[in-house]
Order: sequence, then C-alpha cells, then structure tokens
Amino acid sequence: MSEFVRIDGRRADELRPITMRIGVLDKADGSAYIEQGGTKILVAVYGPREVHPRHLGLPETAIVRCRYHMAPFSTRERKSPTPTRREVELSKVIKEALANAILLDLYPRTTIDIFVEVLQADGGTRCAGITAASLALADAGIPMVDLVAACAVGKWNGRIIIDLTGKEDEECEADMPVALMPNLERITLIQLNGRLTSDEFLEAFNLAVKACKRIGELQRAALKDYYEKIKEEVLYEQ
Amino acid sequence: MTVVEERKLVLPGDLLAEGEGYEVGANVYREDGRIYSYVVGLASIVNGKVSVTALKGVYIPKRGDVVIGVVKEVSITRWIIDINSPYQGILPAIDVFGKRFSADKVNLQDYLKVGDAVIARVASFDRTMDAVLTVGGKGLGKINSGRLEYITPTKIPRLIGKKGSMINLLKKESGCNITIGKNGVILVEGPNRELEELVAELIRKIDREAHVPGLTDRVAEILKSITKRE
Repeated sequence: MSEFVRIDGRRADELRPITMRIGVLDKADGSAYIEQGGTKILVAVYGPREVHPRHLGLPETAIVRCRYHMAPFSTRERKSPTPTRREVELSKVIKEALANAILLDLYPRTTIDIFVEVLQADGGTRCAGITAASLALADAGIPMVDLVAACAVGKWNGRIIIDLTGKEDEECEADMPVALMPNLERITLIQLNGRLTSDEFLEAFNLAVKACKRIGELQRAALKDYYEKIKEEVLYEQ
Repeated sequence: MTVVEERKLVLPGDLLAEGEGYEVGANVYREDGRIYSYVVGLASIVNGKVSVTALKGVYIPKRGDVVIGVVKEVSITRWIIDINSPYQGILPAIDVFGKRFSADKVNLQDYLKVGDAVIARVASFDRTMDAVLTVGGKGLGKINSGRLEYITPTKIPRLIGKKGSMINLLKKESGCNITIGKNGVILVEGPNRELEELVAELIRKIDREAHVPGLTDRVAEILKSITKRE
C-alpha cells in the first residue's frame, strides 16, 4: 500500500487540496467558490423566488432548476458554450442530488435556481459542483436537512482511488461519483461508469463515504469561517 | 441532553439537542429523538424549546404584518406590489377607492404610479394566492419622503432589539423617523440627507454584524461620536 503512488504523487485515499469560499457574489442570494486540485467552480443560487415562466411553478412545492455549464475556456480545447448533452444530464443529476436535502414544500409556487459554472475542469466537476452548490444554498438561507458533500471514486491501474483528476478519469477502468449528507449519512447520488466486482464496489463505496465526510468537514469549516471572519473584523476594529 | 450552546453559530444538519423533553421551534426538525438545524443561524433553547434564528432567508407574508413595497405594475382594478418576497403583493383598487369604485371613472395611476413606495398591511395570505394588501389604517399608504433601505428579513428582530432597544436608540439619537417593514424594507425619514444616510449605514451594519455580540453598544458608540461632533 505504501509504495503505491498516483500520477500527481497522491496516495490512493488522498484528496486533492481543497479550498472553499462563501458569499463571493453580491447579486446572488447565495454563492460559493470551490477549488479542488485543478477543478475550479463558481456557484450562484437564487431563491426561493417567483417562477418565470409562470406555468412551471407547482402549487404545493418549490421547484429546483439547475444549470451546470462549462466555460469555453475551462478545458484545453475550446468548449463550445452551447450546453452539450452531457451538461444537460449533469444539470439534472446535480439538481436531484441537492433537491433531496432541501425543504421544498415550505415555499410553494416558487423556484430555487442553481447555476454551476465550471471555470476550469480537471475531473470531478459534478462532485465539486454539488459540494459548492450545497454551500451556496446554505449561504442563501435555504432550509436543508443537511449539507451535501460529494466525491468521486474510481478504479485506476487496478487500484481503487478517490478524487480522480481529469487524466485519471480518462484512463480509469471505473468511475463512481457519490454524494452524501454527511451528518445524516444518507446518499443522494451514486453513479457508476465501468465495471467493479462486488468487493471492489464495497471498497470504493466505503472510501467514497469517508471522502464525502472529510469534504463535509471542510464545508462546515468554510461556512463557520465566513461568519467568524466578520466577527473578527468587527472585534478588531474596536 | 443539550448539545449546543446558546447563541452558537449552527449549520444545516447540526445536532442541537438529544433526548426527551425538548420542543421543536423555528428552523429545526426532530428525527429519531434528535433535534437538528435546517439553516445557518444562531441556536437558542428557551424553556426546552429549541430554535434557530436564521442569518439569511426570504420574507414569507403573514396576515397582519406591516410591509413596505414598491409598485411594480398598475392594472385596471389593482396594483401589483413588489414586497421583497417570492410572493407578490396585490393591492385592490376597492381598498383605496371604496366598494363603489368603477374602473372607467378612476385612473389608478392618480393614486399610485409604477415605482411609488407604499406602506401596507397584509390582509390575507395563504400560499395558494398572492398576498392581498390593505392601506386602510394609521400610518399606512403612499410614502412621500425619506429613503428605503433593504436588509435580510430574518434580521428584523435584531434591528428592533430586545424590547425595541436598538430601534429606539436609532430613532432617539439620530432624530430620524424609522418605519420597519416586516419584509426587510425600512423607511428612514430624517431632517436632512446626511442623517438619513447615517441611519442607513447603521442599518447595513446591523445586517452584516447581527451574529456578533455587543452590537447595540457598538451602534450606540458610533451614534454618540457623530451626534457629539455636530
């Protein structure tokens, strides 16, 4: 185990360096920015607000709309800004991973809009997107049963590894994004591309849960830090 | 068993209390005998009732609330008013002109135009319909002077303070007349622009520092230093 080293020098169960920032946009109701290795994502949340067009609103619950989008400059080759099939699918996947945590029936006939903008893509964008979107939702004051933290696991060169980079993602034999509510220990997303034996699946799943919990701790620290900073500034001024 | 300290910053999913004898208050939920928070806010446990004061959130209309809104649209029989909420406010013409109002004789624009601000009370709201407003009552109606300031609706109680300590302080020291809309819109009317701007600035300060203890003292100090200079 000790001699196994990945392309970027990480151990199999080691996360990339993660930084999270809250409240980075003034005009959004809630916002967050995440850097996870080379992946950089900005998320804005609006709502609950009036639904436009009106007919999309539901009489008994709020709706969640999500747009996952990759900036044209987010990849080495220019990506056309038109949403691809992949982006439409990821929008849906991210929406569903988050909607399960939100108390939608408190705000009937309204919408919660989530914009996930990938500024730089280096693997695990849907997971980092979910992690950041959950922070932005909390920042917007939207009631949730728990935060949602997400992380990918995969099989690369016959080994189970967590938090795949873009290159590892291209080369891997299997790739499994998992989203988890860390305090309640509930899964809100699990996908699997490729093949894993049942033993490998269990190993990967357990690693993913551990990684999500670690990311959950970082999320909590980032949120607390945001409010603590204001407190420190105020007390420093005195 | 109480887990959380009073006035501690809590996040969604944070465990607040465990076991029997607790009541569920605002912004918290119970699951398997444990009480968790729904939002980012400050925890409080009063007589066994666990609740969280949210640091952010939208305004949900409640019958009887005084709100301040801006006219968004004028139709033949009603005004549509932006009340800083996911739900819009409706002010029916009959509320202003009486039951015998007829749309072909009265032009609604003569009373309120698009962009005009108004103080109103929520007459009814039930989530299936927009909030119906009324301007019948003392202190309600069109706003003719002053400036509007917006704060997070969940911080209105902080702006008022314990038994009105904060708002009374602001009014007394600045000499401005301050009307609070429950929807997070505040009308400041003062003798001059500088004083209005000062109060607006302090309101923004309260919005930003609501979770930092000793806020009333800090506001008092600023007010004192400025009124002394004048």
